[in-house]
Amino acid sequence: MRDRLESTACHAGVTAACRRESRIPELAKYTGAMPHDHPEHSDLSELDLRVRALQTVLTQKGYIDPAALDILIDTYQTKIGPRNGARVVARAWVDSAFRKWLLQDANAAIASLGYTGRQGEHMVALENTESRHNMVVCTLCSCYPWPVLGLPPTWYKSAPYRARAVKDPRGVLADFGVTLPESTEIRVWDSTAEVRYLVIPRRPPGTDVLTEDELASLVTRDSMIGTGLPKSAAERV
Amino acid sequence: MTYHSNADLGGQSGHGRVIPEPEGELFHASWEPKALALTVAMGATGAWNIDMSRSARETLPNYESLSYYALWIEGLQKLLAERGLLREAELAAGRMLDPPGALPRVLKATEVAPALAKGAPTERTPTTVARFAVGDSVRTRLGNVSHHTRLPRYASGKTGRIERIHGVHVFADTHAQGLGEQPQWLYTVAFEGRELWGNESPAGLTVSIDAWEPYLEPAR
Repeated sequence: MRDRLESTACHAGVTAACRRESRIPELAKYTGAMPHDHPEHSDLSELDLRVRALQTVLTQKGYIDPAALDILIDTYQTKIGPRNGARVVARAWVDSAFRKWLLQDANAAIASLGYTGRQGEHMVALENTESRHNMVVCTLCSCYPWPVLGLPPTWYKSAPYRARAVKDPRGVLADFGVTLPESTEIRVWDSTAEVRYLVIPRRPPGTDVLTEDELASLVTRDSMIGTGLPKSAAERV
Repeated sequence: MTYHSNADLGGQSGHGRVIPEPEGELFHASWEPKALALTVAMGATGAWNIDMSRSARETLPNYESLSYYALWIEGLQKLLAERGLLREAELAAGRMLDPPGALPRVLKATEVAPALAKGAPTERTPTTVARFAVGDSVRTRLGNVSHHTRLPRYASGKTGRIERIHGVHVFADTHAQGLGEQPQWLYTVAFEGRELWGNESPAGLTVSIDAWEPYLEPAR
């Protein structure tokens, strides 16, 4: 399921990935890359130039500190991402008092692990059970719990997911290679205000001997959005 | 004045399948990290609030054809232009042509980590009693409004049940229009799939939205 689509990175120079992307017009549309069959990134240069000009003029006007931009980018590339949420989930799996706290007061429980702030000011944790599967979407924009999951993936912000999650969640799950029993209730949470939701997936069977860190490595980003399941004990690398 | 959001996609058909993506992939073009950082840094100046920026983006006429970070850049330019903070000609020239406008503050490098860790909580101290209790049956407002709102069309004029009460929060509708925070009680309202989609609804589907009190009326 995770290998269904190979890397679609379209950074300058990654031409193989871009050739793949050009065969997927609906993805190209949402990543800003128009279908292209030439090796250079001339179709992206207009936005590239515009963003550079924006940075230059906003800096000249004193509206931004360019050093702040670098720190912002580094923060979301290296410090704040879904491994944070994975640690929250793993703790909930091994510590029933923490799990209870998380479900009653997610803000406080998550903050106790050091994760707070922008786009996660009002957290709610949703526990998957045998009879209920939770899935989170923002049909109106891209609301997402940044402190625990980092920046949202492209699909989360794109029209197919935002349109279908609330009406055909099983179809969406199928796109991720996930099938749930017919008897499972699907509970979809549309994040229309400033409350941010974190799904606590079910602990995979056969993981009793694993440490908390090993358990965290089973928790995928998608399993905390509700479009995936954690890795099984056998899938652990 | 008519107001139309191009971002209200819930329930629409014809957008195709969802394309999963590996966990480490955050950006797909070299300009995207900068687009993110510029948007966050300018948002931190206080020249506008987050609801105004959502409103600026969702009303872009070419919303559907733009990638997400391209939307952010167009939205940012629009917010700057509306406030006289930046002209298109300055971007074309690649340099400042007009003197800078006044901003409430500027996000310095040393302030980034504390600002991100603090965030911008929207919960406020209640001054009224919540009109609804968990379990109450409510009906959402029907029809269009002439401003930014966070009641999706698919959940408009529908009957659901109050599932959670989140306290009193800044009201996006007024905040986006520059009419102040006007905090309101915020609820999670859950709808049966059939109420939203009729016979098309899959079995065993429940969908919720987070709705401010003015969106809701008691259901009979």
